[in-house]
This record gives sequence, structure tokens and C-alpha cells, in this order.
Amino acid sequence: MFRYPAAARYAERMHDILTIDGVSKTYASGLTALSHIDLNIRRGEIFALLGPNGAGKTTLISIVCGIVNASSGSVRVDGHDIRRDWRAARELIGLVPQELTTDAFETVLGAVTFSRGLFGKPADPCHIERVLRSLSLWDKRNSRIVTLSGGMKRRLLVAKALSHEPQLLFLDEPTAGVDVTLRREMWALVRDLRDTGVTVILTTHYIEEAEEMADRVGIISKGRLILVEDKAVLMHQLGRKQLTLELQQALTTVPALPGVAPDALTLAKDGEQLVYTYDREREHTGMAELLLALSEAGIAIKDLHTTQSSLEDIFVGLVAGSAAESTAAPTDAGALT
Amino acid sequence: MNLHAVRAIYAFEMARTRRTLMQSVVSPVVSTSLYFVVFGAAIGSRIQSVGGVSYGAFIVPGLIMLSLLTQSVSNASFGIYFPRFSGTIYELLSAPVSPLETVLGYVGAAATKSIVLGLIILATATLFVPLQILHPVWMVLFLLLTATTFSLFGFILGLWANGFEQLQVVPLLVITPLTFLGGSFYSIDMLPAGWQQLALFNPVVYLVSGFRWSFYGHADVAVGVSLGVTVLFLALSLVIVVWIFRTGWRLKA
Repeated sequence: MFRYPAAARYAERMHDILTIDGVSKTYASGLTALSHIDLNIRRGEIFALLGPNGAGKTTLISIVCGIVNASSGSVRVDGHDIRRDWRAARELIGLVPQELTTDAFETVLGAVTFSRGLFGKPADPCHIERVLRSLSLWDKRNSRIVTLSGGMKRRLLVAKALSHEPQLLFLDEPTAGVDVTLRREMWALVRDLRDTGVTVILTTHYIEEAEEMADRVGIISKGRLILVEDKAVLMHQLGRKQLTLELQQALTTVPALPGVAPDALTLAKDGEQLVYTYDREREHTGMAELLLALSEAGIAIKDLHTTQSSLEDIFVGLVAGSAAESTAAPTDAGALT
Repeated sequence: MNLHAVRAIYAFEMARTRRTLMQSVVSPVVSTSLYFVVFGAAIGSRIQSVGGVSYGAFIVPGLIMLSLLTQSVSNASFGIYFPRFSGTIYELLSAPVSPLETVLGYVGAAATKSIVLGLIILATATLFVPLQILHPVWMVLFLLLTATTFSLFGFILGLWANGFEQLQVVPLLVITPLTFLGGSFYSIDMLPAGWQQLALFNPVVYLVSGFRWSFYGHADVAVGVSLGVTVLFLALSLVIVVWIFRTGWRLKA
């Protein structure tokens, strides 16, 4: 049997809290939900896993947590293999599921106390009180879950996941159906958790959420991890910048301007705007040449402003690119990371 | 062993019983009391004694077994089925809890509930008929073994069922008929010869017989055979539960 070298294990423990090697999942129905996923999660980071519906986000989380069996590959949590050393691995994990699944007739305090015991921790009323207070649930501790609002139930699921002081917390769509105020409170809570050393992996549909919180971003599409990158690097490298020029007179065609690449220019707003897309990493953006060329061509400008693409633009572009690639090369099942 | 988890599951299940006290305890006691009134006092007074025991007293072990079997199956099956139905099973599957610990928590709680219920029914019976227990240690042993075995069986049922209808079908169409035909209200000696042979294929016959022997020293089958069949059923149920958790059947995709 292959033994993971001790030195490598030590190095991994120092840096990565989660190591996913070649994990694939094909359900009994024949649906391949994940194809050869390789992913390392660094200790103490907030990692956002983005992907459209059915991309495989929840399946990946479920495999790490032991809810779904992987078809192949291995997963280690803090160096513990989730199959061989499942007990040690699971003790470190907290999971907030996507669905609001709670025992309707139990009290808030009873449900959170139950979760702590289930994960092998002795009763600690002070910790439970801290968790419930941090989630504004302390006043509701004796209320039955059935009487809580949707937002409160969502917070209760977070409280249950935090009850056993996990080192690795999975938040599967944590703010789905939550109002803006509560969403911001949840974000603050996640940051606080990260500050106490908890590693957070969240899946979300809200790109704003990833943009706001994540240290790194992974994009998954059709069961393949198509990109893993530091958020700042991702936005820096892939973030396009655009210069929008408001024209005095509308144009019907994109003008041919000397020294300006024709494909960098597009018309918008019925020709009233000329949009110039440029690479902000280049030393010469070409803006000066563009403005000079427009002046020489007699095209007058009323106003101008620049915009930068958001993580959402990057996400949509990557997923669309991946889908096109899958269509073009359907036999390619490897990860593109 | 994760004893905190065992305790948590056990306490959670027992709390559920406290929340539904009318349904869990009062209702079975009332219905069993009705059996005593109808079969013991009203009809029983017109039936001659069985094996030297008045009919009212004769049916007590059978009635306790009837409640023990149905309540064990019902408590354990609902205990594990409801988390599957509501989706809260994710927490159990992701927790550092082994199959043995899970079974100890759920089956332990279900067996405790049905044993408490059996003892309450026993106490209720003393209000209607004079009782004697010749072998109290054996009585407790049969009570424990039967409650544990059928709680395990109920646990399997709760894992197997894919809907509330399936959850109800086995207790209604299998357990209850087997219990009624297993000598709860009569000795199988009272059946025609052919039916006696057929009755021996009913596992409940062995449970009721062994349990009744512990009360009155009278049994339809040898007490050793009763004990053997009960232990065999217990072992079989354990093997099935371990297999379910190892393979993740009906639990994991």
C-alpha cells in the first residue's frame, strides 16, 4: 500500500488543512458529478467555490464531509485520510448545509447541544452561549425551531456547525434567502472565524459574497475545477479595464484609427458610446494614442470614464469558456487547473 | 468510542418521547388496559384456565410482548427514518460516529422506551389480574433481549423505508399479525395439529413462549430454544445494520 511520506505529511499539515487528490464521483444513475478534482486549501483562509447550479460544489463538500462516497481519489483533512482516519478527520469539520434541515420540534439550545455531543465534545454551556450570542440566537434558546424565521434557522445551522469548535468550516450557500443586513452580519462572523484560525470554504451564487470575503477563489463547472487562484491575482490578471467615451455625435461604424487595434473598440448605446478595452497590465495602455487619433479624425468627445470587470464578469466568462471547450472536446475529462 | 455522541443521540431520542408522552406512553397503556377489560374481565371469565393459569393472567405476558414488539419497532424505525425524511441525517453522517455508536444511541433509546412501557403495562396488569413471576431474572432477560432485537429490526426498517407508508406497512401487516398469531392470547397447544406445526415458523411464538415461561413455568416450546431463536434474530439484525452502515445503503449516494 502507498504510504504518504512523513516529511510530506508534516509539510502538508503546516500549510494545507485540506488536500483533495484526484477525486471523481459518478452516481449510480451514471451522472458524473466530479471529474478528477485536485484542490489544496490553505490553513486559515477563506476559500470561495463558485459554480453554476449542478456544477458539483455540494457533491465535493459532501464527499469531504463523509456524506457521499467518492468513486475514486483521496481526501485528507489536516493530514487525516477521510476513509482510514475518518474519526479524526470528521472531528475537525463543521458543515452548514444548503437546505434548511432542522428538527422542527427541538429547542434551539437542545439542537446545538446535541450537535456538540454528536461530534464527541463534552458539554460546554459557556461555549454554546458564546456561539448563540454571536449569532443573535441567545434570546431564542428555549424556542422551538419550528417557530423561527428562515434567517434564524440559517443562523441556527451555523451555530450547530460551530458547536464543536471545528477547524474547517464548510458553508454551502450560507446566505441564500437571507436579507441584506443579516448577510453582512454573516460575512462579519465568517471573518471573525477566520481571525480565530478557522478555515472557511464557502460555496455561493452571490459573486459579491466571494468578492467581499474570499482570499482565494475556485471555479467549478460541469464537475471540473477550471480555475483556482488568489482573488486579488485573479481580478488583477483577468480583470479587463474599459474606457468608455461619450461621443458628441453618434457613429454608425467603428472608426479605423491609426495605432489602435480595431478589435479593442466597440460601439455601444446606439453609437453614442465608443468603448475601448485594454489590458491594465501592459505598460502602454494605448489610451493616449486613442485620444490623439480620435482628435485627428475629428471625433469629438463629451465625457469619458473607466470601468473594471467584476469577479462576476470573470466568472461568467470562464464558465462560458469552459462550456464551449466541453462542447468542442467532449472526451477531455481532465481538470484544467 | 465516542460516548458523548451515544449520550447525545440517546438523550435526543428520550427527549422526543417526553415531548410526545401521550402518544408514546399513555396511548399504549390505555389500549392494553382495554385488552385486559375485554379479554381478561369480560370474555376471560367465561374461558377455562390455560395450563392452570386463569385466562386473564395467561394473556399478560402476550400483551406485554405485543406492546414491546410494536413499540420497539415503531420507536426505532421512526427515530432513524425521521432524520432521513427531514434531511437532518447529514449531521449524523458527517459526525465522527461509528455504526455501533449510532445503533447504541438510537436502539438503546428505543429499547429503553419499550421496556419502560412493558413495565408500566405489567404494573397496570396487576390492577386487573393476580400475577406471579416464577423466574424474574429470565423475565428481565427476555424483556431486554426482545426489546433490543425488535428495536434493531425497527432501525433496519427505518433505514429501508422510503416513505411513511412503507414505515407503517411492516408493523401493521407483518408484526401485528405475527404477534396475534404467535400465541399472545392462546397457547399453541390449543391449535389443530397442522396449525401447530405452521406456528413454529413464527418467531414471535418463541418470544411469547419464553416470556410466559418466566411468569408461570409453562411454555409452548423449550425455553432454551426460545432463547436461541431470540439471540439468533438479534445477531442477524446486528449483521444487517453493520452492513448497511459499511456500504452506506439508503444512507449515502
